[in-house]
Amino acid sequence: MYDIKALYEAQSVADAIRLLREHPRAQIIAGGSDVLVQIREGKRAGVELVSIFSLDELRGVNLEEDGTLRIGSLTSFSHITKDPLIQKYINVLGEAVDQVGGPQIRNIGTIGGNTCNGVTSADSASTLFAWDAVIELTGPEGVRKIPIKDFYIRAGKVDLHPSEIQTGILIRRESYEGYAGHYIKYAMRNAMDIATLGCSINVKLSDDKKKFVDIRIAYGVAGPVPMRAVHAEAYGKGLPVSGETIRKIGDTVSEDIMPRDSWRASRAFREHISKVLCQRALTEAVRRAGGTVPDDLSGEMGGAAL
Amino acid sequence: MTEKRTSENHQYKLVRCRINGAERETMVDVRASLTDMLRNDYSLTSVKKGCEVGECGACNVLIDGECFNSCIYLAVWADGKDILTLEGLMGPDGKLSDIQQAFIDEAAVQCGFCTPGVIMSAVEILENAEKTGREYTRGELRKLLSGHLCRCTGYENILNAVEKTMKKRLAKKAGK
Repeated sequence: MYDIKALYEAQSVADAIRLLREHPRAQIIAGGSDVLVQIREGKRAGVELVSIFSLDELRGVNLEEDGTLRIGSLTSFSHITKDPLIQKYINVLGEAVDQVGGPQIRNIGTIGGNTCNGVTSADSASTLFAWDAVIELTGPEGVRKIPIKDFYIRAGKVDLHPSEIQTGILIRRESYEGYAGHYIKYAMRNAMDIATLGCSINVKLSDDKKKFVDIRIAYGVAGPVPMRAVHAEAYGKGLPVSGETIRKIGDTVSEDIMPRDSWRASRAFREHISKVLCQRALTEAVRRAGGTVPDDLSGEMGGAAL
Repeated sequence: MTEKRTSENHQYKLVRCRINGAERETMVDVRASLTDMLRNDYSLTSVKKGCEVGECGACNVLIDGECFNSCIYLAVWADGKDILTLEGLMGPDGKLSDIQQAFIDEAAVQCGFCTPGVIMSAVEILENAEKTGREYTRGELRKLLSGHLCRCTGYENILNAVEKTMKKRLAKKAGK
């Protein structure tokens, strides 16, 4: 038995907001793969929970009229990976969340829970940063939409107001159209492990595939919250696609990242793999965008696969 | 009455669901996991209590055709769902299913504690393979089975059992 004082099951988004207002100390439970484990560990003892698990209206991926991809916050990782719209427009997100935990965790874990935890290592978060995702929040005052970089306040803290729930994650057409990306998770094990570092990159190349028109480089575990390598991005924009520029862009990320020592890895190691993963993910993103990278670089780095 | 509180102020809720093909209903303590409900209310002891934090896969069951670790799934969430446990694989005459027999033939069982959970993952994998006609590679099968820990380290034989059953089912399907 879980140490739960009371469980309130929401029947709709409006009902969830009402329950959260009635029970201000209650915490939200979505898929529960973090919340229930924390209760089992003795944290949150005697907690009151508002369960939003049965709100099927928050599940699924849709393409809105203006081309915005809308991912319902309760969509499970495995459903995101299998979704035809995700595969068509932002396949790298499907690939990223296919590296969370193991198969059963990917069936219960939700993308909304993954982002609302405010954890830097969340496999979905760096890729959502890379795609300039917008977070949709619904509360007593209605709906507000904020860029994902503003949603993360500090480690474990996101901009979720009292009685508010995250209802969707939006990727605008201009964010994905013409871009191709790649995500690399570095972890000690292939399954049931948390990222030592994650790097998600997408690029837009010129029509002749010879120049970087735009580069977005995002990291998990390179700082207290997921982040973008803005200096490296600015440096790379407009440069020709070559092994040398990819290497230099990778070297520039050290201006952006601020990893720390932890029991998983040292700061020095994280700084090193930040560069290497950037170069590898960038090489693969270029290839997926239809560009070619000289063999010397891909050979030197053992190919794009990790 | 679908909800009540006892004298100790424990909160109960009526949970109606289909378990191994039969419609069932019972009043469940809201603090219970699905593992608790399946074991204590329905005596389905193939659902093992292992780590109880969603890491080992010993409590894995199918819910509406997908695998879930029932230890980190609230019992009340099972309302309206279709649940399949290992007990539901047995034929009406007591005959084992092909995947269960394959585990015996390949010696994929040692102490047996992880086995029901692994077999339920195999059920989902095999059904997907049959549905799509796709033959998974050994590497893909490893990934699909990666949500299970076997402390007797019998992974090779488990993979052999799942792979052979998949090939048999796909050959049978192609033959028809």
